[in-house]
Amino acid sequence: MDRLTPVEQRAPGRWQLATVTSIKQETPRVKSFRFALPMWMPHLPGQHYDVRLTAPDGYRAQRSYSIASSPLDEGEIELTIDRLADGEVSPYFHDVVVEGDEVELRGPFTSYFVWRGEEPALLVGGGSGVVPLVSMLRHRRRTMPELEMRLIYSVRTGEDVIYADELGDDATLTFTREPPPGWSGHSGRIDLEMIAAAGAPGIAFVCGSNGFVESASDLLLEAKYEPRRIRTERFGPTG
Amino acid sequence: MGSPDDSGFVSRGFMRRRHTPDELADRLPPGQYAEKGFPVLTAGPTPHVEGDEWTFRIDGMVAEEREWSAQEFRDLPFETVPCDIHCVTKWSKLGTSFSGVSVDTLLEQAEPLGAYSMVYSHGGYTTNLAIEDLTDGKAWVVTEHEGEPLPREHGGPARLLVPHLYFWKSAKWVAGLRVMDHDEPGFWEANGYHNRGDPWKEERYWTD
Repeated sequence: MDRLTPVEQRAPGRWQLATVTSIKQETPRVKSFRFALPMWMPHLPGQHYDVRLTAPDGYRAQRSYSIASSPLDEGEIELTIDRLADGEVSPYFHDVVVEGDEVELRGPFTSYFVWRGEEPALLVGGGSGVVPLVSMLRHRRRTMPELEMRLIYSVRTGEDVIYADELGDDATLTFTREPPPGWSGHSGRIDLEMIAAAGAPGIAFVCGSNGFVESASDLLLEAKYEPRRIRTERFGPTG
Repeated sequence: MGSPDDSGFVSRGFMRRRHTPDELADRLPPGQYAEKGFPVLTAGPTPHVEGDEWTFRIDGMVAEEREWSAQEFRDLPFETVPCDIHCVTKWSKLGTSFSGVSVDTLLEQAEPLGAYSMVYSHGGYTTNLAIEDLTDGKAWVVTEHEGEPLPREHGGPARLLVPHLYFWKSAKWVAGLRVMDHDEPGFWEANGYHNRGDPWKEERYWTD
């Protein structure tokens, strides 16, 4: 292919053998894995990597996972993985993988659901849909903390909050099932008031289950976001 | 290449957990898994397109530009297409069916003069397809899924169906097809996915 491609898209075609350097238990069913990559390249916040597992009999399974880290973390990436009980790849990461293990990865891929650092953004995440949004948030904090970027993050219960120790003033949380004891903030589903309170900075990124994305993007349309300013990523059943 | 592709790498402690019945296993392209549901993938909000106001158009390099109203479209030969569909995000849905009008029927009336096309949708989505990938019983404009009207989130009132290519080519909320004398990338083709997208060759991304 002789098309001139941007540098961030040039090398993602190759499978590489990454090494797990650390594992963090985020919630009872979510872990973050950091990988050292021999052919690392900077990603755009919002992009994903493909993971490929190979069994001794040659059977292979592939899945895509969003990158959680900032591209300033040279030589490594973080993937945050939700354990799906009937899945095949996510239970392997949760139940088998330890530091030092090698995993085949390739990426980073696709360049639409990405924040290029050029404009303010409203981030709306449901459950593990927060992962690519946190890559944007982390990168913004390290590169242009003055730029307006707000995360509205919907989770079921207090113990489901991923990245709980780093959510600050730039994040608004709401609990749809059971807020933690003593919680005085939002509860219930994201509503128009929460969207309106965030103002209408540049572009909106919405990520979560299909049902979550449908209702959140309808709210954004109600809040007068133009459809073309709303970028969505939906989690189908996967695992 | 020296890539792990051919190095015999085995993931420590990984065993198959999903078991696809033998009669279906040879219908799964490499890197895909069988999914019973029908996940939704859309890059933006779901457009609202009223069924009665929907039209389908063929324009660009054709002998005669054509546009069908929803009513005119309903009068065209309608067929049911049993098929397997393969999404680039790794799931496949085996043994499903859609019903609609063959793209052959539509193109015959417009007479394409170019070998390429850009399919366009309500909401601004586009995807490029060679005319060769749309003809000889390989593509349809469908309005039903498994006997029911196509749900809005899956592209209702009408979507393209090109089951031999990854499913991003099967444009939802399809509005028309522009015949061209040259190839140009559509929406996902410009944003990292492969220009053609044959699941059996695992053409997922630009460099595949």
